[in-house]
Order: sequence, then C-alpha cells, then structure tokens
Amino acid sequence: MAEKPFSDIFYEQYLHEEQLMSSRCKKCGALYLPPRPICAECHDANMEWEEIKGQGKLAAFTLINIGPAFMQKEGYTRDRPYCLGVVELEEGPRVDARIEGVDTTKPETIKVGMPLRVKYLHRDEGENKITYLAYEPM
Amino acid sequence: MQKRRKLGRGVALVGAGMSNFGMYKDKNSKDLFVEAFQDMTKSVDKGLNSNDIEALYLGNFSNDFFMKQSHWGPIITDLLGITPKPATRTEGACASSALAFREGVFAIASGFYDMVLVGGVEEMSKRSTADITEGLAMASVPYEGKAGFTFPGVFGVLATAYFAKYGATREHLMNVTIKSHNNAPLNPKAQFKVTIRDLMNAKIESLKKKGVPAPQWEDEKDFLHDPSANPSIAWPIHLYDCCPISDGAACILLVAEDIAKNFTDDPLYLIGMGQGSGKGLHAAETLTSFEATKYAAEEAYGMSGLGPEDIQFAEVHDCFSMAELIHIEDLGFFKAGEGYKAVGEGLTRLDGSKPINTSGGLKCKGHPVGATGIAQLYEVWTQLRNKAGKRQIPIKDLRIGAAHNLGGTGGTCTLTILERR
Ligand SMILES: [Zn+2]
Repeated sequence: MAEKPFSDIFYEQYLHEEQLMSSRCKKCGALYLPPRPICAECHDANMEWEEIKGQGKLAAFTLINIGPAFMQKEGYTRDRPYCLGVVELEEGPRVDARIEGVDTTKPETIKVGMPLRVKYLHRDEGENKITYLAYEPM
Repeated sequence: MQKRRKLGRGVALVGAGMSNFGMYKDKNSKDLFVEAFQDMTKSVDKGLNSNDIEALYLGNFSNDFFMKQSHWGPIITDLLGITPKPATRTEGACASSALAFREGVFAIASGFYDMVLVGGVEEMSKRSTADITEGLAMASVPYEGKAGFTFPGVFGVLATAYFAKYGATREHLMNVTIKSHNNAPLNPKAQFKVTIRDLMNAKIESLKKKGVPAPQWEDEKDFLHDPSANPSIAWPIHLYDCCPISDGAACILLVAEDIAKNFTDDPLYLIGMGQGSGKGLHAAETLTSFEATKYAAEEAYGMSGLGPEDIQFAEVHDCFSMAELIHIEDLGFFKAGEGYKAVGEGLTRLDGSKPINTSGGLKCKGHPVGATGIAQLYEVWTQLRNKAGKRQIPIKDLRIGAAHNLGGTGGTCTLTILERR
C-alpha cells in the first residue's frame, strides 16, 4: 500500500489519533516534524512515516496577553495569558506547541530547558475538529 | 560561499520622498502616496518630468485585507497620471517595498529601462486592533498561526531564547526602546515624536490632573518596569517594545548611473544588495538569528566588497526591540551575543560609533508595513545627503549607509547598501 502523503493534512489526522508522526528521509536519515515531502538536506523525495515519542525540553517560550480570536474564545485574556513555546524533542526536531500546566502569571517560574511531556488538546467536533499539540512539565 | 553579484550597469538614486507616518482618519493610501511623491519630486535637484518615468514597482503587503482593495500598482500610476506605463506590485510581508526597490534596480541594471519609480504604501489604522493582529499574523509561518502565535509572540519566543543563551534581560530591551525614542523627536515625519522620559512626565501630569496619586517613577526604566504603564503583550515583550499601527507611503526615483547627473550633482549609488528567505521558528537553525538576514548580508557585502565595519550607520527592522538586537548581530555589526552589550554602552546611539535607526526606527517612526523598506532607504538617503537636520549623524565624512528589512518571521530579509561619492 502506498504511503499517505507527507502533508499537513495527514499530520493533523494523526494528531487527532494522538500520534506524533514525523517523516524520515530514506536516503540520508534526516527526520522532520511536521513531516516534509522533500528532504531539506539531500532533496530526495523518498520519505517514510515514523512515529516519535515526542518528549522534550523547553527551548523558548512566550506568554501571550492578546491572542487571535480562537484563543480568546478559549477564555484567554490580557490578565489570563496563554503560554506558547518551542519544544526541542529528544528525537532532534523542534516544534511549536501550547505549554500547559505552568503559571502564566509568573514568568520567572517557567524555565528554558525544563523537561516536558506531550499532551493533545482536542477542540470542536466533526469537520471543525482540531487537535493542538501541547506540552506540560514532567 | 555565494557567487559574487554584480549589476549589468550602475544604478543611482536621484530623488526620495516619504509621507508623514501616523494614524490618519482623513488620508487614504492615495493621499499618502501623493504626499510621498511630491516630497520626492522636490528632492530632485534639477527637476523631474513625470512623463520620463518608465515603470512603477510598488510594495504593498495587504491593503487587500486591510482596505478590501487589491491591485494597487495601476491605482498609483493612474493617480500620478502616468498610465499606460507599467505598474507591478511586490509582496514580501513587511519587506514588500524592499522587493520593489530590488525589482527597480534589476530593471535598470538590465538596460531595459533608464528611469523607474519604486515605492511602498500601507493603510492599516482604519481597522480594529483585532483585525490588524489577524492580518499581520497571515505573514507568519502556517504552523505558528495555527498554534496561536501572534507577531509579538514570535519575538517573545526569540527573546526568551536570547536571554537564556546570552544572559540578557528586559533591561537590555529597554535600552533599545529608550534609544529609539530619543531619536524620534528629531524626525519631523515620525509617528511618535516623544522620548520615554517625556511620556513618563506626561503620564504623571495627567494623573495629577485627575487627582490620582502618580507613581514615583525614578527614571525611564522604572517607568518601563511598571506594568500599569507598560503592560505585557507577549512576555517578555511589553507595549513599549512594539512598533505602532501606521499609515504611510514612501518612494524613490532610480535612474541609470550614466544619466544621474542630469537630475542632481549629488546622486547616491547602489553598491550592495542582498535578499534571503527563511523558514519558521521550529525549523530554524537557532532561535537567536535569522538565516535570511545572514544570507542577504553575505550577498550585499560580497557585491559591494565591503564588510560590516565599513557600514557607517544603518536602519534595521526593529518591529520589536528584540528584533533590533538580533539584526545588529546577524548583520555583523556586533558579535553574536554582544549586541545587547553594545546597545547598553551607547554604541548605537545617534552619537555612537554605529548609529542604528536614527529615524526612530519602526518603533517610533511608524511601520506602515508595505512602505517600510523604502522609508528605511529614505532615511539612509537623507543622512548621506546631509539633510537630516537635528538628527544628522555627527560623522564628518558620511559615505556608506545601509537598510535591513525583514518580512514575516524572517521569511524574507534584505540588506541594501548605498554610497555617496
Ligand atoms: Zn535526505
């Protein structure tokens, strides 16, 4: 059976099923998350899906006081900011993600380098269903 | 190593103009472009006949979204009465008009045209802040928008990465803000012509008038540390780390080098030009640098045969104070991790050894995104021709200046180097 295309759409479908799926270049071994159809290292287009555990550490973060409409709808306000971060995974790649389980009113308690584990946030149902990649402290 | 770039023939700047930047209820994109164009016309020492303009290249990011009107090229050629001369729009987010400048240079250097007008325009302030935030976020990488990132959020992430790596703090962002605000009152076209100290004193006065006890702020930094005066937008980015929402336009007249003296005895020459592209935060090599800037800089330095030490002053894309620290390192003005120290030592002030953003920068001059690239070059033009008035850089033989423009989250970056001979 042919592999599913290495596209954002199938990446997000895997997220709905709580699977973190990357693409690995069969030629040079480079690993991509989110998956890429063409290797950015050797430019070969022969990829395979590879599930990764996705544990990692916080590479950088921000606390957003004024967010887009869909975040405001979740109840985030000027006084109740949400945390976003770039997470460096054990497997190598970095991802953009929501950071849960931290005190967003006390930035000094959120430490670059802190170990994190993956978590999935499901919002809405049916066609509008969306799954956010999130992380929380170990 | 990149191939060394060269022009087919030399290209000169013989006129430049800029509208005032601000938030205008009573001016639209056309009015702003006319203002910039008439300012440019006045600057052409020996006069300009509009009929001699052979083509227009116009940078505009998103008037489609902001004003529900796209296709701005022919609107502007019609406005100037120069149809059917061709009009081409360029889009590279906040670097849209730096790309228009490049297209104009290519067109002349190839020999196809002898004179072109390059410009940029953006009209943003008539929309709500929520709409503008949404409009600007369209220029980020799709993964970032989906995760809930805003533009301040992206630079917040870069700031926490920079702080963790190099030991900088919010104080160092404040140094950038205070420096830019010190330059802005000297620029009559700037949106915020006020120092942080004046802002602080004005706030104390207005509180007193209302009969509210004013906080006892000791100095500018004390004021900037107070969340009631300077609230967080995307930690550690606070209100006064951010550029404003702006309307404005700017334009430059480019001609073939061999006819430049027909227009002025004091033209400027394009000697270096570079552009790069970049990927999103998650895929970037580091979170403290933009690969697109580094590529653009290598290209522009290679073409000019100059190094960062030869650039006497520069406008850099300070959409946020944090961005300025990254750029002055990426451009090689200071070593990686030392930019914040240099700013702290005053080296980037108007009277420093490497003045940065003498116009007040995007931070204070304003940032009508599609106009910014050309407006930065307008400041380089003004300084090199000794027309900057009170903000004139006090270096005797000012000869080489540069402008760095960034679009999106580093998706498009340019560096342009101009020379006065
Ligand atoms: Zn490969």
